[in-house]
Amino acid sequence: MLSTSLISLISMGMLGAVLAGGLVVASKKFAVETDPKVDEIEEVLPGANCGACGYAGCRAFAEAAAGEKAPVDGCPVGGSKVAALVAKILGMEPVEGANRKVAQVLCKGGHAEAKLFAEWNGPRDCRIAQSTQNGSFKGCSYGCLGLGTCVEACPFDAMYMDDNGLPVVIEEKCTGCGMCVRACPRDIIVLAEEPQGVHIRCRSLALGKDVRGVCSVGCIACRRCEKECPVDAITVEDNLARIDYDKCINCRKCVAVCPVNTIEYQEGKPVLKKRRAS
Amino acid sequence: MELFLIFIGAVFVNNFVLVRFLGICPFMGVSKQTETALGMGAATTFVMVVTAALTWLLQWYVLEPFGLPFLQTPVFILVIASMVQLVEMFLHKTSPGLYRALGIYLPLITTNCAVLGFSLIAVQGAYSFIQSLIFGLGAGIGFTIALMLMAGIREELRFADVPKPLAGTGIAFIIAGLLSLAFSGFAGLV
Repeated sequence: MLSTSLISLISMGMLGAVLAGGLVVASKKFAVETDPKVDEIEEVLPGANCGACGYAGCRAFAEAAAGEKAPVDGCPVGGSKVAALVAKILGMEPVEGANRKVAQVLCKGGHAEAKLFAEWNGPRDCRIAQSTQNGSFKGCSYGCLGLGTCVEACPFDAMYMDDNGLPVVIEEKCTGCGMCVRACPRDIIVLAEEPQGVHIRCRSLALGKDVRGVCSVGCIACRRCEKECPVDAITVEDNLARIDYDKCINCRKCVAVCPVNTIEYQEGKPVLKKRRAS
Repeated sequence: MELFLIFIGAVFVNNFVLVRFLGICPFMGVSKQTETALGMGAATTFVMVVTAALTWLLQWYVLEPFGLPFLQTPVFILVIASMVQLVEMFLHKTSPGLYRALGIYLPLITTNCAVLGFSLIAVQGAYSFIQSLIFGLGAGIGFTIALMLMAGIREELRFADVPKPLAGTGIAFIIAGLLSLAFSGFAGLV
């Protein structure tokens, strides 16, 4: 009779061969075709899977771009650099890039400025508070609920909640992907193209006196900013002043005349910029 | 009747994750969303059932007759690894989304001690072929149930006020412990 070690060798060897053979057959039957360009494009993408391009992650965008369904500059996070690389991979001409966009939180009503009618003890999610009770624990029905859904939505860790209950954007890290814009149930966050430095940080459509009742820094639609603006970039509509970012030249005259300090200017932005051709 | 008792035993009384504490790695790693958890559970169940059949055949028709019971562990691992490769190829072709969502945890089913553990237990218990199959099915379904419970709870936890030091894995382990306590209530059922 054969020795034990020989039997073990033969039986294990045969088993291995049978299983390997089965796997070879299976690999041919279940082979998946992949376009090498898709892998190349995925390499140059930021890889954050943030969904700003409108596709389900970077791989999905790479597949769409390779199939010429998505534009080469479809990745707002990668910007013009990535657009040029993707164009090169697909053998196309690079595209002119635009200035990067940065998220701006258009509400200043934190714990110190805005009234709260009640304490919220539900799940710490602004969308849940808004959909279940219209966020009515907060006095202003247009103001920031402060539960941090936008901060959690940011895939780049570019936001945090400050002690006043308002989200803060770290401009250096913000890529303008727009996830926070989508996350906010009250549409308080907008994307503004750099180097826009003046922002009216209020979204309340309530009458001025009602705004004063719940917030000390809300826009009361007094129209002083509208009259002061030298380029007519501000319009007051539905009890709210709004800046047309395409016309604004960062001169800051509106900041000086606003009686409730709703308009803010960010230091470090060029004071006068060329007016965009309309 | 005995088959039904084996099945209930594998799913609830001696649940592989919550009572036997096997297969905790994918239990912690893939339980963040219910969709991926279901996919992982289904893949593992498939591997377990096929492994049940193959290992039973190998144990009683090859290893025992040729006097090689000591080769049990490597032979079982060989079978499990091949089955997992098969499942990977199958998923890559039929459901690329699930394939990517499971990521590294799909090949890790090979090292999932629940799969090897269950085949060794089935062999020790000298189950018949059908009994092994049912045992495998029960083990897989129990694993899936544990995974789905955990995934459901963790999805809710996203909006809860978890203390910073416990966020993520810490609170997950505490929850797992509480789930195990709950499942120990099944003791003596079968």
